[in-house]
Amino acid sequence: MKLSINGREYDVGADAETPLLYVLRDELALNGAKFGCGLGQCGACTVMVDGEAVFSCVTPLLLLEGKKITTVEGLGTVDNPGPMQSAFIEEQAAQCGYCIAGVMMRAQALLQKNPDASDADIRSTLQPNLCRCGTHMRILRAVRRAADMMKSKQAASAADGSVR
Amino acid sequence: MAMLRIVAIVAVLCAAAVIGAIALEWRSAIDPVTRPDLKSFTTAQIKLGAQLAALGDCNTCHTAPGSRPFAGGVGVPTPFGTIYSTNISPDEDTGIGRWSETAFRRALREGVDREGRQLYPAFPYEHFTLLSDDDIAALYAFLMTRDGVRATAPANALAFPFNIRPLVAGWKLMFLREGPYQPIASANDDWNRGAYLVEGVAHCGACHTPRNALGAEMVERKFAGGEVEGWTAYALNDASPAPVPWISQALLDYLRNGWQSDHGIARGPMAPVIDNLAAAPDADLQAMTYYMTGAFGEPSAERRRAAEALLIHVYRSESEPQPASASPQDPGARIYQAACASCHDNGRPLPYGGINLALSTGPSGPNARNVINVVLRGLPLASGERSPIMPGFANVLSDEQLAQLLVYIRSRFSDKPVWSNIDSDIRAARSAHVAITSEHGTDAAGRAVSQHEAQR
Repeated sequence: MKLSINGREYDVGADAETPLLYVLRDELALNGAKFGCGLGQCGACTVMVDGEAVFSCVTPLLLLEGKKITTVEGLGTVDNPGPMQSAFIEEQAAQCGYCIAGVMMRAQALLQKNPDASDADIRSTLQPNLCRCGTHMRILRAVRRAADMMKSKQAASAADGSVR
Repeated sequence: MAMLRIVAIVAVLCAAAVIGAIALEWRSAIDPVTRPDLKSFTTAQIKLGAQLAALGDCNTCHTAPGSRPFAGGVGVPTPFGTIYSTNISPDEDTGIGRWSETAFRRALREGVDREGRQLYPAFPYEHFTLLSDDDIAALYAFLMTRDGVRATAPANALAFPFNIRPLVAGWKLMFLREGPYQPIASANDDWNRGAYLVEGVAHCGACHTPRNALGAEMVERKFAGGEVEGWTAYALNDASPAPVPWISQALLDYLRNGWQSDHGIARGPMAPVIDNLAAAPDADLQAMTYYMTGAFGEPSAERRRAAEALLIHVYRSESEPQPASASPQDPGARIYQAACASCHDNGRPLPYGGINLALSTGPSGPNARNVINVVLRGLPLASGERSPIMPGFANVLSDEQLAQLLVYIRSRFSDKPVWSNIDSDIRAARSAHVAITSEHGTDAAGRAVSQHEAQR
């Protein structure tokens, strides 16, 4: 079946019952999303589907036909990181880093819908994503920084008249 | 039709108000007191009060998410508008700090506040009226020894004529039978204790008994099932949709743990109830289950046989897993196979495994609402305790896919007829703010107080 991931069309051979995470990692070498619990309880596998945060470990391919999937690889590259990624680097929000891709994807989904998310919004939204290193405070700072960066970027592009 | 109904309701209310005004005098205020000293209560009283407050689920309505316990301000949706719970912490200006025990007793027994104003029956005094004087004194001791919180609830948002408080006096004439509870001589002590708790402080019927057009419980249909905040409260009488009839041990386990292997899990508004019951003594829960087993009634021989056959079938198929059918054609079956079966068909026991849906009450329920709520939002983790878990699928299931899944679940796991109104129930659940995650957060605060006190 066909999947749309990070703006690219992929033809995947896995059967329709396969969880998205396995296809991302085993077939497409998109290794950003991690396998944590496999039960949709830890958040390490979080990706975006049509702008909403989704646990890829419990989401079978057959629910994804015609939908737009975004993984952490879709937020930017090593050379050209997106605002969410830059903010996490600047705040040094990762320790072991296992949970971080999932955290960034859920935060991205939140800020796309609500650029002015409050601290309370950020905290309650990120509840499903567990971090055992305990970098929660840095993560919160990083998400706030990302929100600021996205806004100033938007303001800048509005000022120079470019269309995003 | 709807207009006629409203006119009829208004007419009844007006008549009731006139009768009420004649029959009931305006209730006088009870003088304020200085907030009683902590030392005027005994530890035993406060401990008993904590248990009763937990059984009564006081914190669920009187503690707003993220706010201090018992400070009120929780919006309770009713068919007549939203009623905001009041501050029952002992703050002297905004709570009940200046209420005497007499005023507190009158509120529970008669639904009148200290100043003499009628209280809306969203506060379930038609149940609390049954409490004994001693238990009311204990509840008073517990609440008066909490931290006072300065907080004023938002004004109620009720439609005319329901915003006219004195009308409540007429409502009470029709529907309030004042207590305290009088034991039934022909019943044994366990039954009477159970009835006292279930009908009184625990107010189970407030959700599980259907209500009439004026919002009063229909006594002739006791425990026939009700609606609460977008969830269905299942029937607890002979109309119970549970595939396996409830027996007292199962009910006891369910009320203690929030899940029971042959019936399923407590969720929605029942989840905070279970959280609170952790503070209730075993003897009280046993009495309650004894009484409720009577309410469920003796299942028919036919129903018992069907349940036994079902249990044998379920547990045998779990021990000898059948290969999944290669690729079913029915779209609902495919979704079930791909998204649900890995937990619900793998034989792992509750609470971490998913229950075999043939045993769960949801698929056999009178409508699809509870199943929709759980599929969309999943089951949140309860903090600090063993609890069932499930991720929600709201962000990946389209309405059409969810409807297909529901039709399949109903046909495979229940022998009941197809659900009606699936589409409108899905739309309602999507748009409603069915609180699932916040409940545990709220309760953790309220419960911590109760349990701490209960264990003193």
